[in-house]
Amino acid sequence: MSEQQGKRKVSRRKFLVRGGLGTIGLLTLGTYVFRNPLRRMGFAAAETLIPPYSGTGTEINLWFEITEANKVILHSPKVEMGQGTFTSLAQIVADELDVDMEQVEVKAAATETGIVDGMSTGGSLSIASLWMPLREMAATLREMIKTEAAAKLQRNVADLNTSAGMVSGGGQSLSYAEVAAGVQEWNVPDTPPLRPTKDYKFIGRPIKRVDLAPKVFGDPIFGMDAEMPDMLHACIIRPEHVGAKFKSADTRKAESMPGVVKVVQLDDWVGVIAESISQALAAKRTIKVEWDIPKQWTEADIRELLQVGKGNKMITQKVGQALEAEAEDVVSMEFTSPIGAHAQIEPNGAVALVKDGRATVILSTQVIGVTQRQVSEALDLPLEKVNIIPTYLGGGFGRRLNTSHAIQAAQMSRAVGRPVKYFFTRKEEFQNDTFRPPTHHIMRGKLTAAGRLEGLEHHYASGDVAINSVIVPQALHSILGTDIGAMRGANLYYDKVPNHRAVQWHTTLPFATSWWRSLGLLANIFAVESFVDEMAIRAGKDPVQFRLDHISEEGFGPRIRAVIAKAGERYRDGVVRGRAMGFAASIDGGSPAAHVVEVSIEDEEIKVHKVLCVFDCGVAVNPDQVRAQCEGSIVMGMSGAMHEKMTLKDGQLYPTIYGPYDMALMRNTPKEVEVVLIEGADTPFPVGEPPMGPIGAAVGNAVRRLTGKRLTELPLR
Amino acid sequence: MKIAFTINGQAQSVDIADGNTPLLWVVRDILHLKGTKYGCGKAACGACTLHVDGEAIRSCSYAVKFAAGKDVTTIEGLGTRENPHPVQQAWMEYVVPQCGYCQPGFIMATAALLEKNPNPTDEDIDNNIVNVCRCATYVRMRKAIHRAAELKQSTSPTTNQ
Repeated sequence: MSEQQGKRKVSRRKFLVRGGLGTIGLLTLGTYVFRNPLRRMGFAAAETLIPPYSGTGTEINLWFEITEANKVILHSPKVEMGQGTFTSLAQIVADELDVDMEQVEVKAAATETGIVDGMSTGGSLSIASLWMPLREMAATLREMIKTEAAAKLQRNVADLNTSAGMVSGGGQSLSYAEVAAGVQEWNVPDTPPLRPTKDYKFIGRPIKRVDLAPKVFGDPIFGMDAEMPDMLHACIIRPEHVGAKFKSADTRKAESMPGVVKVVQLDDWVGVIAESISQALAAKRTIKVEWDIPKQWTEADIRELLQVGKGNKMITQKVGQALEAEAEDVVSMEFTSPIGAHAQIEPNGAVALVKDGRATVILSTQVIGVTQRQVSEALDLPLEKVNIIPTYLGGGFGRRLNTSHAIQAAQMSRAVGRPVKYFFTRKEEFQNDTFRPPTHHIMRGKLTAAGRLEGLEHHYASGDVAINSVIVPQALHSILGTDIGAMRGANLYYDKVPNHRAVQWHTTLPFATSWWRSLGLLANIFAVESFVDEMAIRAGKDPVQFRLDHISEEGFGPRIRAVIAKAGERYRDGVVRGRAMGFAASIDGGSPAAHVVEVSIEDEEIKVHKVLCVFDCGVAVNPDQVRAQCEGSIVMGMSGAMHEKMTLKDGQLYPTIYGPYDMALMRNTPKEVEVVLIEGADTPFPVGEPPMGPIGAAVGNAVRRLTGKRLTELPLR
Repeated sequence: MKIAFTINGQAQSVDIADGNTPLLWVVRDILHLKGTKYGCGKAACGACTLHVDGEAIRSCSYAVKFAAGKDVTTIEGLGTRENPHPVQQAWMEYVVPQCGYCQPGFIMATAALLEKNPNPTDEDIDNNIVNVCRCATYVRMRKAIHRAAELKQSTSPTTNQ
């Protein structure tokens, strides 16, 4: 997105303001509202979690509050799941509002504030999408405060300056809180011009995370930590078999177990509600459920279903002619990736209170608006009677786009008339995940006599990623005919190859598959960049130059070329002291990344010693946190590409616990991960996912150079 | 049954029907200390790590009856914002946490390691810090662990008390 595209001024009528109980709510749409300071979580009484509601969730948009202590609270429509968004948002507010970092507090907005994002927190889009509107709103608020201060101080607005939450001029000064005190109706000026990026004091600097101390001292900030007075604990029984349908349950024993308050049987599940979680789990173990298991799915069944040539075909990229698959000079290779689990450490769950026709649900969710709608529909409550209070997320990674547990917690609360906390056990997490779908790829390529690519094709088969997702309208898929999530990273950026195309084969699998950090990117780029590397070897070309030779100066070309060239400076062919380097690059959401890795093989295990990542996300609002995201994305990507794998056995998905579900740990992490940032655009682009793209291929390419063997299967072994 | 132990320096007694209840749930749901996390319930991820008599324990798989008469420390008792433990100090210097959920477990595991091994090598860290972090903050964690060792050694035992 360019600056120009985003130029949509905040309209004057969107700012309506009302003071109340020491806070000033700045509303971007709707009517006056009288509002208590919102208290969101922890030990507060449940009543305070439900402030008096006025209007509907789509009419009232509370963005800012100014407190008596002269702090500014930003109600963020995006949640914080580790990606550092709250810190960057605070930096943006501080710079345009002229307050210090310490004066800004960021909270995840509850649905009652109305600014909840209609889609999700995901796609690495939080900062990119709020970059323009949030700066405009903060700048507008600054002008509002100046205008009001001018009246109070009897001066011209032009003579006033703002700094650190103070307005001053002519030897007088007022704090923002003093300016705001008692104001009933604000004069809303036009949005002033935004400051040039170079004038910002906080944006572009490595400010420490605003949630650092709470996370280091163990504050109760997560969904799992939420409590309500008089709260009960619950668990539910989930199927172990893929495709199993609930038939009946014998709950007699459980009902008389110590501490059990109620056993709830709804359409297709059984919940146990008890005084403590241990009691609920103990009672659950005595329940015998009969399942209808139509089929014992096996790994082979899935591979049979999911392959290039089967399912719905859609050409997602087409330039020039198709290659003749059987021709002798066409090189063809197959690649696969396994089912991946999210394995976020905080399990899914929720604390819910349904009483007197209202529902309050506290949980970790990436889709606050969707969660609200689903609870409202399932409990047949009006939307505005359902308040979803998002907390900090103990990992998101796409897992929290599906929050049916919010409904179940609410239903159990309604059954007992008390607050209920419910969460998944780890086994339930592993067997009832919304998995990263397995994939199958066929790459084809043809070289000219001069060693240039004449044709390059990527045929890819995937389960659902975006199709059947709650956040992408089905109508969109009908129009596109494509799973846009599975497509991430599938289309080729080698635009100077005269004939190139990407073809999707989509199949819905018998178990839920969905978003997993970076969506299709990890597997698609593994296939594409492994193959391009192989073609460079066959052409006898340097892999860096070979890539550059096939990328134009059009579109994103210059930015991709820049990261490849920069990372390429550090790439060396050949094996030195038992180590070899691997190179790979990708572009995702407009953010190109290029990796150079250095690997050896020790005790038959691939060991990655070093990763260099050159990354361009345009403006890095917080360069330190961009680096942190690159580091995390790379190591999580290594985990996905070198360790993780779910398999089907006897109709069940395994493994069901960490350890057997092999993930990268400290010992598997490279001793050195170096991140070099290039600022190749004047706006921010996605950060959390794009740096994951090249890692699988980079490692595979290094192994190829070390051993001569081309690895075509994830996890790499 | 009544079980008495010390937690974060305070004497505490809990009345619980089943002494086999994991210490984790006693700490979280009865004592309302939420810093110690549930991750897997099978001692496989380390999110529930706390100290019992100075030893790092995975409290999801440690019956509360075994804590009787012992000294339990959770993340809430390790250090404060005014007086952070060297591990917490180092964690903040290197801005380690991302989502943050697993971090108390890692911090407790590291604090226990440094008591036994004040100057761990990379290999010691690899072998002893075996918790799971899904955000994969391991790169900064390793740096922070070395830094914590440094900070701890520069703090004299008398001022440490």
